Amino acid sequence: MSGAVQTVLAPPAGPARRAVRDPLVAGLVGLCLAVAVGLLVARPAPYLVNALGQLATFAILAVSLDLVWGYLGILSLGHGLFFAIGGYVCAMHLLSHGVAVTGVQPDFVQFMGWKSLPAYWAGLDHPAYALVLALALAGLVAFLFGLASFRSRVNGVYFSIISQALVYVAMLLMYRNDTGLGGNNGMTGFPLLFGWPMGSPGVATGLAVAALVALAAVLAGTRLLVGSAVGRRMIACRDDETRLRTLGYSTTRLKLGIWCLSAMIAALAGILYVPQVGIINPRVLAPDLSIEIAVWVAIGGLGRLGGAVIGAVLVNGLKFWLSTAMPEAWPFILSGLVLVVVLVLPNGLLDLVALRPRPNWLRRSR
Amino acid sequence: MTGLVIEALTVAFGRFTALDGVSLAVDPGEVRAVIGPNGAGKTTLLDVISGITKPVSGRVMLGDRIDLTTRSEAEIARAGVRRKFQKPSVFPALTVRENLEIGCGPAVPAGARAARIASVLGEIGLRPRADIIAGRLSHGEKQWLEIGMVLAAEPALLLLDEPVAGLSDAETAQTAALIRALRRPDRAILVIEHDMDFVEAVADRVTVLHEGRTLYEGSLHGARSDARVIEVFLGR
Ligand SMILES: Nc1ncnc2c1ncn2[C@@H]1O[C@H](COP(=O)(O)OP(=O)(O)O)[C@@H](O)[C@H]1O
Ligand SMILES: [Mg+2]
Repeated sequence: MSGAVQTVLAPPAGPARRAVRDPLVAGLVGLCLAVAVGLLVARPAPYLVNALGQLATFAILAVSLDLVWGYLGILSLGHGLFFAIGGYVCAMHLLSHGVAVTGVQPDFVQFMGWKSLPAYWAGLDHPAYALVLALALAGLVAFLFGLASFRSRVNGVYFSIISQALVYVAMLLMYRNDTGLGGNNGMTGFPLLFGWPMGSPGVATGLAVAALVALAAVLAGTRLLVGSAVGRRMIACRDDETRLRTLGYSTTRLKLGIWCLSAMIAALAGILYVPQVGIINPRVLAPDLSIEIAVWVAIGGLGRLGGAVIGAVLVNGLKFWLSTAMPEAWPFILSGLVLVVVLVLPNGLLDLVALRPRPNWLRRSR
Repeated sequence: MTGLVIEALTVAFGRFTALDGVSLAVDPGEVRAVIGPNGAGKTTLLDVISGITKPVSGRVMLGDRIDLTTRSEAEIARAGVRRKFQKPSVFPALTVRENLEIGCGPAVPAGARAARIASVLGEIGLRPRADIIAGRLSHGEKQWLEIGMVLAAEPALLLLDEPVAGLSDAETAQTAALIRALRRPDRAILVIEHDMDFVEAVADRVTVLHEGRTLYEGSLHGARSDARVIEVFLGR
């Protein structure tokens, strides 16, 4: 399996060699697949399986942000929105599936005094439809928001602020109890996954393996993209958008396409996350959570897909450990990490291994 | 044949009028130099032609059909207009070759690019530096790379904003030779420059801009003996 991935990542003949060779990404793809195989063979303790699976979904989310931030210079502080769209649609599928099999209505339906799920839930018990809907919805929301922003040339910090406002508005909407999406309690109590009891070890292992394989695929795919001619245009757009336009390229189309792709990858992470934690509620739309995604990427190393993975795994691994050991210290530790990165390692932890020269576009005010 | 005709172009930034009714016609096959003191509006003129700045009034016709003032930057570029910026604008994170690849433009099929890149590399003399990251090039090499990027698209209208600024005398002479070689019957070239020897070496005619207006148009020799031009250049 990892042999095939090596072939995929092998540098093609011609001028693009430098851009395509990326031992860090190749290594991480191999590691993901090896851990996936390890989970299937060794069957470690359930909490470890679950933690690894969740870390993989956070890493996918970080890669989705690095794709637009690191390679296009678009900092989204609202990527939690796309993650939540994936998560909510996945939760809707799991609840519909439960109703279809057991006939018992979810808690929030009973709480609202309704007899059954709202009409727009129809068909969501079909997993393929739910998957397509989640990705399409994330893509559509990203398209509309991106079209409005990029066409009117909203860039830089303005874009970041608006993206943050968007996720905040979505949170306020989801806190309402009459939307038919669980309101402030969210959705939980998923009984089954593809007909299998949710809590069983087999399901937990399956989910973690799926998340790891998805991470490997997302990493390999995004690496191929950024190493391609399109990737070079992304870097060009990041460094000098006007220059690229005056060479005949529609940067709006380029940004819109990658932005939508990024949103769909974030939604994929949300889809894989919700069954592993067994709950989704409007907290995932909290602005500080979206900012945290940017922190993972910045800590790992912006503009290196492998750095995003390392940052997400490191910060969340630390969080898993410390939030049980000393939960009240977590915000301070995270802030400390951010300060260290900003002051000492402007390109994130990858600075430590000096895998790349410092890109000066980061410091240039745009 | 696509020449450039600019009619009564007026550009304002707030209450400041940067260009005030400028008209200018560059024939196909011609190399026109625009000279004038700092702040005369030369760069602003190129900004309007390349679509970055929209004028208050006036038209910029490429050929006899396309009014560039109504088009986006990318559309203008696709119509055959290329511009070299005053501050060398190459993509610092990409190699010389990758910069030229992008310079070919979106319309050139991938198969045709390699040959074109190879020939441009020869023209700008950067073949030995082809796989170096552009950010590491010297100032002069960046200037040439950017000229190469705009050449790679085989433009019908070429706009060059101070292509020899900051270059040594030897580099300036090389650049002048390069620009003379770019002259083609179906290509109009508009070059902005302060260096009079350079202008003399490359341009057929000159236009002198001063405070947003055309002060003189004709031969460089004529400009040198024009009383108002002398006053503007000596008076600064
Ligand atoms: N975007 C802008 N906003 C405000 N003023 C500008 C802008 N661009 C140029 N100007 C002003 O317009 C005048 C002409 O500038 P420019 O065209 O760059 O001159 P030149 O290239 O001839 O030195 C200058 O006074 C400059 O300060
Ligand atoms: Mg200028």
